[in-house]
Amino acid sequence: MTEWLENQLPKMVLAPSFIAVLVFVYGFIGWTAWVSLTRSKLLPKYELKGFVQYDKLFASPRWDTAFGNLFTFGILFIVIAMVLGLVLAIMLDQKIRVEGAIRTIYLYPMALSMIVTGTAWKWILNPGLGIEATVRGWGFENFSFDWVVNPDFAIYTIVIAAVWQSSGFVMALFLAGLRSVDEEIIKAAQVDGIPTWRIYSSIIIPSMAPIFLSAFIVLAHLAIKSFDLVIALTGGGPGYSTDLPATYMYAMAFSRGDIGQAASSAMVMMAVVFTIVVPYLYSELRAKNHG
Amino acid sequence: MAQVELNNVNKSFAHVDVIRNVNLEINKGEFVVFVGPSGCGKSTLLRLIAGLETLTSGEIVIADRPVMDLPPSERGIAMVFQSYALYPHMSVFHNMAFSLSLNKVPKAEIKERVENAARILQMEHLLDRRPAALSGGQRQRVAIGRAIVRNPDVFLFDEPLSNLDAALRHDTRVEIAKLHKQLGATTIYVTHDQVEAMTLADKIVVLKDGEVMQVGAPMELFNQPDNEFVASFLGSPKMNFFEGTLADVSGETASFAGEGLNVQGVRLVSKNKTAGASVKLGIRPQHLTLDPSGSLKGEITLVERLGTETVVELSTSSGTSFRFASPESPDLEVGQTVAFSFEAERAHLF
Amino acid sequence: MADLTYSQSPSKGSFGKLILRWILYILLALFALYYLMPLFVMVTTSLKSLEEIRTGSLIALPREITFDAWKTAWSGACTGIQCEGLQPYFWNSVLLAVPAVALSTLIGALNGYVIAQWQFRGANLIFSLMLFGCFIPFQVVLLPMARLLGMMGLAGSIPGLVFVHVIYGIGFTTLFFRNYYVSIPAELVKAAKVDGANFFRIFWSIFLPLSLPIIVVTVIWQFTQIWNDFLFGVSFSQAGTQPITVALNNIVNSTTGVKEYNVDMAAAIIAALPTLFVYVFAGKYFIRGLTAGSVKG
Repeated sequence: MTEWLENQLPKMVLAPSFIAVLVFVYGFIGWTAWVSLTRSKLLPKYELKGFVQYDKLFASPRWDTAFGNLFTFGILFIVIAMVLGLVLAIMLDQKIRVEGAIRTIYLYPMALSMIVTGTAWKWILNPGLGIEATVRGWGFENFSFDWVVNPDFAIYTIVIAAVWQSSGFVMALFLAGLRSVDEEIIKAAQVDGIPTWRIYSSIIIPSMAPIFLSAFIVLAHLAIKSFDLVIALTGGGPGYSTDLPATYMYAMAFSRGDIGQAASSAMVMMAVVFTIVVPYLYSELRAKNHG
Repeated sequence: MAQVELNNVNKSFAHVDVIRNVNLEINKGEFVVFVGPSGCGKSTLLRLIAGLETLTSGEIVIADRPVMDLPPSERGIAMVFQSYALYPHMSVFHNMAFSLSLNKVPKAEIKERVENAARILQMEHLLDRRPAALSGGQRQRVAIGRAIVRNPDVFLFDEPLSNLDAALRHDTRVEIAKLHKQLGATTIYVTHDQVEAMTLADKIVVLKDGEVMQVGAPMELFNQPDNEFVASFLGSPKMNFFEGTLADVSGETASFAGEGLNVQGVRLVSKNKTAGASVKLGIRPQHLTLDPSGSLKGEITLVERLGTETVVELSTSSGTSFRFASPESPDLEVGQTVAFSFEAERAHLF
Repeated sequence: MADLTYSQSPSKGSFGKLILRWILYILLALFALYYLMPLFVMVTTSLKSLEEIRTGSLIALPREITFDAWKTAWSGACTGIQCEGLQPYFWNSVLLAVPAVALSTLIGALNGYVIAQWQFRGANLIFSLMLFGCFIPFQVVLLPMARLLGMMGLAGSIPGLVFVHVIYGIGFTTLFFRNYYVSIPAELVKAAKVDGANFFRIFWSIFLPLSLPIIVVTVIWQFTQIWNDFLFGVSFSQAGTQPITVALNNIVNSTTGVKEYNVDMAAAIIAALPTLFVYVFAGKYFIRGLTAGSVKG
């Protein structure tokens, strides 16, 4: 009996977490999916009405902006952060004297809350007192840098702040990757007289493909979830010009009292994450099981 | 009086039978070695005895108690693992004391038993160290010490020497043999190394695909193997085999014809075979004698001089390769054709 | 990695190399300025008076250092109608983070221990399901969670927020501990079983004492995540129970009265201090958590 109990213990220990994940992740996704197919407004209704919420969502100009912004922001953010991270990592890989200190400086924004980041950049980008005013103060009277209040450019200020926050982290990932390349391969290449830049471009960087993938997944994930940064930096404005799906969903759920719209926009976000993350997780877990 | 008894022991993992109907008796004080190629089930059998795996069917009795329903700690066993499995955050003393303190043995007695074991293993000076600060051989000794402290009915060793380098392996092997003489404890020892099996065991159990192939004293297995597998598994270089037909079966012995050989009075191992059946003649490389008038002829393909021994690889005219081993250093060269004779009583028919 | 700047004889190549080296250092320094500039501006602005902010330059050092803005941010700034500063919300975040970090770490350690060392059929599937849970956009659970907290009577309360953070933190903490524990040889568990230790005893006497590095990594990761969280905070709290990030956002975006940039900056620094502190003093573990959390496996 005690033997039986002892054998069941591992399962019993894991069971509460398993149930919690089933209910609070998968059950809740199911609930949201269901409600996204109803005419729920302030309160959820459970009578299925087909895809009315999705029709309404894709007909909404505000969602149109938010969804478009996701791609403008996401692509710029991912590309710039990756390129910057890689460049910084390669520069830091050249036996730099004060590498530890520089790494610390590049990476500290990752420890900050997006709200703090947003607050800081909001102040810096503020045309009246920030960079614009400072440069004008230096004598360049016509200098203009008012992106944060310009509906056509405000989304790029989100990119600037997000890159500032996350590129150091990408650098740390790539640096770890550069250092994990087999030394003997590099020595062999040096013996063969291959120039340094070729060693990087033909040997080291291709062998870091898994790290590129990881960095991409993390950044894509950050981009889709971006919410706090927009709230703190622009509040979605001017107008709706910097809305992202995450802020749209929040506005529908908590200020507009339109649960149906909130649920359907959340499901679209879920679908975007799904298409990126599932193939990745699948290949990772497969590789692990076969390795 | 059997100290350990296995009756019809079976174990299967997901419909694969890893242990098939094993029956075995181990006497008190005996040193038994389970040997076989990797995947033969020897480690599984040891873990079944330890209680780290559960039986599919059968019975295990240790010191007259059926132990199938007992957890490992209550079976009266102690185990030394391949990786030593020392607790990295505990000192040597605490590694050895852990099981005793779990059993609520009084502190003074723990101290006495640990120090006693340390004295036996000559490692009193190591008691305060962490495993990370020990060499491979020292870790091995701590693992053995942890087993001794428990004062078990049976010691279980799971390939304990496979993580040591060649020189240390030899020294430790000798030490284990001495220790067994000193303590006289019943021991079950798993290895894939036939040298360890031959040198350490009172009794060897040869396993293949989860089945016992033969049980017996080392020289008994070497001289009278029950089957072709045991014959080829023990001994280095491996036994030579020649194919041919069986004739003149008379009780224990029979005649063999094949590969230009015609031998009478050979020990017939496969008792169920009758005259005319195809058989294999087995003869160890060491039991061949260079003899110009011998009937076994072969062309030399390789000569390896090991210093203590010379191993010659040859090929018969029909292409069967075989080996000859000699403690001397005969004047032989590749390409030469030589002839051998051998005593019929040293050969076996499978 | 190997030394790519292998030194050759000091011939004609060395001068070009020296210039390259200088360019490299200058570039690195410029990037360092880019990363440091916002922090520098935040600190200097928080130490200036409003008057000086209006007339002076963004990047100038304060002519006269004043801590008034810090005082206001801590105990007088308005978060909507209340004007108690960040102080109460700072303690809300502490009350929220401490139990949530402790619980999710403990649960993650036990889960990781089971998944790594006590494999049973289905354990890998459960692990995969938990892992995927780390990746969902939390928007997809906001609505049902709000309703559930309401039904449990935890809506707008700190225990409710603790609950939410524990639930959605388990995936990562389990991942951390599982990946750490798989590197511990399985024979250790077997040896302990032979020695007479049971499931919890092995965890307590063997695995926990070996876990210090991963506990530090997990605690730092969870603390940073929970302290910096805004989405759950803003969705599931109400006036009085808000965590510091929500309060900071309210201060910065409150529309009443004159815009006090120095107070905003001081408040932002106060909100950032705990995680910055952790980063500065345990940066090694912080980075390990970041990379472990992103490079799965």
